[in-house]
Amino acid sequence: MSLNFIQIILIVLVAFLAGMDGILDEFQFHQPLVSCTLIGLVTGNLTAGIILGGSLQMIALGWANIGAAVAPDAALAAVASTIILVLGGQGASTESIGAAIAAAIPLAVAGLFLTMIVRTLAVPIVHMMDAAAEEGNYRKIEALHIGAILLQGLRIAIPAAILCFVPAHTVQSVLESMPAWLSNGMAIGGGMVVAVGYALVLNMMASREVWPFFIIGFVVAAISQLTLIALGGLGIALALIYLKLEKTGGSRGGGNYGDPLDDILNDY
Amino acid sequence: MAENMNGSKRFKLDKSDRTAVAWRSTFIQGSWNYERMQNGGWCYAMIPAIKKLYPDKRDRIQALKRHLEFFNTHPYVASPILGVTLALEEERANGAAVDDVAIQGVKIGMMGPLAGIGDPVFWFTVRPILGALGASLAMSGNILGPIIFFVAWNLIRWGFMVWTQEFGYSAGSRITDDLSGGILKDITEGASILGMFVIAALVQRWVSINFRPRVAEIQLSEGAYIDWANLPEGAAGIRQAIEQSASGMAMDPTRITTLQDNLDQLIPGLAALLLTLFCMWLLKRKVSPIVIILGLFVFGILGYVIGLF
Repeated sequence: MSLNFIQIILIVLVAFLAGMDGILDEFQFHQPLVSCTLIGLVTGNLTAGIILGGSLQMIALGWANIGAAVAPDAALAAVASTIILVLGGQGASTESIGAAIAAAIPLAVAGLFLTMIVRTLAVPIVHMMDAAAEEGNYRKIEALHIGAILLQGLRIAIPAAILCFVPAHTVQSVLESMPAWLSNGMAIGGGMVVAVGYALVLNMMASREVWPFFIIGFVVAAISQLTLIALGGLGIALALIYLKLEKTGGSRGGGNYGDPLDDILNDY
Repeated sequence: MAENMNGSKRFKLDKSDRTAVAWRSTFIQGSWNYERMQNGGWCYAMIPAIKKLYPDKRDRIQALKRHLEFFNTHPYVASPILGVTLALEEERANGAAVDDVAIQGVKIGMMGPLAGIGDPVFWFTVRPILGALGASLAMSGNILGPIIFFVAWNLIRWGFMVWTQEFGYSAGSRITDDLSGGILKDITEGASILGMFVIAALVQRWVSINFRPRVAEIQLSEGAYIDWANLPEGAAGIRQAIEQSASGMAMDPTRITTLQDNLDQLIPGLAALLLTLFCMWLLKRKVSPIVIILGLFVFGILGYVIGLF
């Protein structure tokens, strides 16, 4: 079926909402269950949208952004595959739902790269926030932050708008022709760039006194049975022991632990 | 306290200020970036409190800069950390000796362990359960599927965020009540110890590098690997293969050792550690984080093409 002007506007709005929530992960507009239903609703294919949403949701149940790692993008997968379903005009038939799901998977991977690009674009945005903070201009910080959210919205809204005008089979063949070196290389790079954030924190916190705790943390983290909560408990215990010893040891911050002469001198 | 500059007037964040912060923390991931992650969203959430606590422009500038530092956790468990930070900032505005390191230390120290609660609870327990419930209704075309999922999720989420932020706020106020005992100094020191410990664990767990090059291929002797061709038919064969695998027999007749295996034998995550130290070194030499990030993507693509990763 073909879409009229108002339907396209509404599709783009839903896509925008899904794109913003794709990064926020709060209201869950980006989850297929919600976004497929909404696209179905605005195009007059409510039932087909709900069924596709339910099917995709089952696939996406375990997709989550953990730490700095980016999960397959449920937002683009859900929005774009519903548009493809609606354009196909077959309604909620088993074949058309199946084809839409098949299209959704490469779209989820494509969306993953788009969100990585926007997350990189956000770096200069926070540098502009730094400059605004320097002037005490909090309104500018607010505007920049909102601007960054809008960019994440456009990340899904633009592909959705394009899809409304492009034949569905063209989209699919383009997605399948994405070279392996690009997608795999980007995934490898994504695994490494996380280190930059940690390096920034370490440069700020590291001092001679606390480096040993970094070493302990690194070594202990290799034991994969320890969850992050367990590691947190261990870290708290270490900190408490250190603080206790520091008080009773007498050589406060001097770094001379185990030097009996120094302890005696300090006691005088 | 003696240094309380304003004497009679005490800065106090009331319920509406705290609700404003809680609502804004909904958008904490909005400017998520590869350099300082949730820092922009964190600052955005703190702005209502900063406006109230620091009428003086210089203090306000300091506060804004302080809250643009690195931060990253599960978006919902940021709420208790915000609560504690609000209490600390309130004390600071009233003249207490809460320095930047103390505030940053509390944030960093809490974010890792709390993310360790938020990720499994919300992403891997509540969402799959509600999602599966909604999806099973939706697959038969029932509109209640998406509605139940959406409403239940947001009730749980918002309830959690408001309650834990208030909890963090009252706990934080209690911490700062007793300043004479040097508790804050202990918290600062303890938090930076915890912070270093947790960051080290995150480097080990979350920075991923996998070197592909093979350094050795060893032909194993007979009996050291599972002889797939001579297993019994059907389930008996599967059972035997699993037993042999559990007794330590290899899957293939040749044992392939990659560069990664060798590095992991020294200590798992060594490459991640070296990469992090290298990034620290570059940053200290004023190389822009953006250049490093783009460089790593290019390096990843080149490394894949030549077969390094």
